[in-house]
Amino acid sequence: MPLVELAAIWKSFGQNPVLKGIDLTVEEGQVIAMIGRSGSGKSTLLRSINGLERIDDGTILIDGEKIGSKDADLRTLRLQVGMVFQQFNLFPHLSARENVMLAPMVVKKASRKAAGALADAMLAKVGLSDRAGHYPDQLSGGQQQRVAIARSLAMEPRVLLCDEVTSALDPELVNEVLAVVRQLAKEGMTLIMVTHEMRFAREVCDKLVFMHQGRIHEEGSPAELFSAPKTPELAQFIGLVEAAG
Amino acid sequence: MAYQFDFGSLWEYRGVIADGVGLTIRLTAVGTVAGVGLGIAGAFARTSRSPALKAAVGAYVEFIRNTPFLIQLFFIFFGLPVLGVKLSEWQAASLAMVVNLAAYSTEIIRAGIQAVPKGQIEAAEALAMSRLQIFRHVILGPAMRKVWPALSSQIVIVMLGSSVCSQIAAEELTYAANFIQSRNFRAFEVYFVSTGLYLILAVGLRALLKLVGWSLFRRRRHV
Amino acid sequence: MFDISLWDIVRNLLLAARWTVLLSLVAFICGGIAGLAVLFARVSAFPWLRRAMGWYIELFQGTPLLMQLFLCFFGLSLVGIELSPWEAAALSLTLFASAFLGEIWRGCVEAVPKGQWEASSALAMGYFQQMRYVVLPQAMRLAVAPTVGFSVQLIKGTAVTSIIGFIELTKAGTMITNATFRPFTVYGLVAVFYFCLCYPLSLLARRLERKLHAAR
Repeated sequence: MPLVELAAIWKSFGQNPVLKGIDLTVEEGQVIAMIGRSGSGKSTLLRSINGLERIDDGTILIDGEKIGSKDADLRTLRLQVGMVFQQFNLFPHLSARENVMLAPMVVKKASRKAAGALADAMLAKVGLSDRAGHYPDQLSGGQQQRVAIARSLAMEPRVLLCDEVTSALDPELVNEVLAVVRQLAKEGMTLIMVTHEMRFAREVCDKLVFMHQGRIHEEGSPAELFSAPKTPELAQFIGLVEAAG
Repeated sequence: MAYQFDFGSLWEYRGVIADGVGLTIRLTAVGTVAGVGLGIAGAFARTSRSPALKAAVGAYVEFIRNTPFLIQLFFIFFGLPVLGVKLSEWQAASLAMVVNLAAYSTEIIRAGIQAVPKGQIEAAEALAMSRLQIFRHVILGPAMRKVWPALSSQIVIVMLGSSVCSQIAAEELTYAANFIQSRNFRAFEVYFVSTGLYLILAVGLRALLKLVGWSLFRRRRHV
Repeated sequence: MFDISLWDIVRNLLLAARWTVLLSLVAFICGGIAGLAVLFARVSAFPWLRRAMGWYIELFQGTPLLMQLFLCFFGLSLVGIELSPWEAAALSLTLFASAFLGEIWRGCVEAVPKGQWEASSALAMGYFQQMRYVVLPQAMRLAVAPTVGFSVQLIKGTAVTSIIGFIELTKAGTMITNATFRPFTVYGLVAVFYFCLCYPLSLLARRLERKLHAAR
């Protein structure tokens, strides 16, 4: 049984349809990247998977369980699906360690001690043990993003969604974040990411999904898609990206 | 023109003045704690998804903010007994302070909430936190920190506004001043001194609130 | 006791509300003029004048309006100036408004970028020319919304003048209550009257503020 199963997802903003019947399955341990031009719907799709966008139609199954739009359903969903954002979105009034501790404590009712130990472990995993007491504005963008990853991991999600996690970073900080994501992929974490880092996507992903005008235009292994794109849109997109990068 | 100022004659009333100052402080303390507390609840209610609740809180805020405190006080003290709610002077004055400050702080805190970046709320949602948990742990702290200066000014304004509670015979500082004035007919001296006392209270309250803000919102250096 | 109808109450309150409006207008206009003087003193080149005005503002912002009113009403009579309640009310609200408006406007003047002062002095303009042609026109745009907002505070402030016996909306409410023994209705109506005076101004202030933010 696939871990995540999306069927016929439709979503509009006002009159403007952004997702037009998306079907996608993700197996446990799979690493998937969604690529495509801005406005192709990939970020909206990612945000729909954990309910930050309410879908108009279609079904989302996590581990075979259907997710409705009730608050309780959403929270069950979000316990399984973590998310890391482009803008990090750390809580500015909390230190790195407290950022990681918060959700385990208030959502899972972990004791302060247990949450602290968990936070230490997660920060160690992303290589930031020495920054635990720092506040977000005392950290570089790359460090903030790694704290944000640690914060998501502390909830022990079964899937982690990564929404352009390196797009807001200065070029020299991109690699430290990608290294963490690469490590997660290697450990068997199920990952769904939206990214513009084509070389990275090619290297770590099992499957690429090319989105175009609200639909999945092409999908397959990175090798297939990059060496033999079937549609002119993908060929053009790859050409553009490679010319730029 | 040959008026002789006589501040010495106030000395025998120092006890009355001290009691008045004491009650002004107590009124302010009750008004602040309960008013800001309710303001936090009101601001939370205004983020709710229920249009009815939002509208009700909004109407309350607008009505209080657009009517004089004195009328609110009269309505509570003279008007509510008609409905069978009989309050002592002290209770009515406290209630009026709370009702008034609650409306202002609802509005002030709401502005602070709007300034919290949406991404932080989404991040908290993605961590499976509930609406109340997000409000309490993610929104409230930064919002309060941001609006604390505005809230402090409003608390000082409400403290100064408490002087009209003398009109329902709540025995705060202005009441004490009126009382002394009616005894020794030294209106200028009495009002001059009590004005000075209010000024000291205002400056002191401002300093105290600054200290409270500092200790609430300072970064704790624990790891 | 003869019967007083609801209409009688409303009519009498309406008549009294004229005095609330008039007092507010007088205090707003006179306070605005005095507030300009406060503003000029507050941003003047003389440190002692700035400091003195700082104390003036602190005095009015740090003490109850009621006390200011008492001091005007009772205090001035000691030096031989007998003021009627109306005069005392108008005078103290004017002073009150001047301090608040002066301080609001100072904030707006200071929000005009420093470069504007520098550019205009580089054009050999004097202080008053700089204010008149460069700074005030820009500051005024910022000042409109908070000034309208303050007018609401001022209207509400007129209620305390009832305490020295000036017959406006609140005082009329008290008198009618004493005659009818219907405090709930009367004070409720008085509150509605104030609301009708203040709420449109509050809305206007908010709309102006939103427009200003959108423009930036």
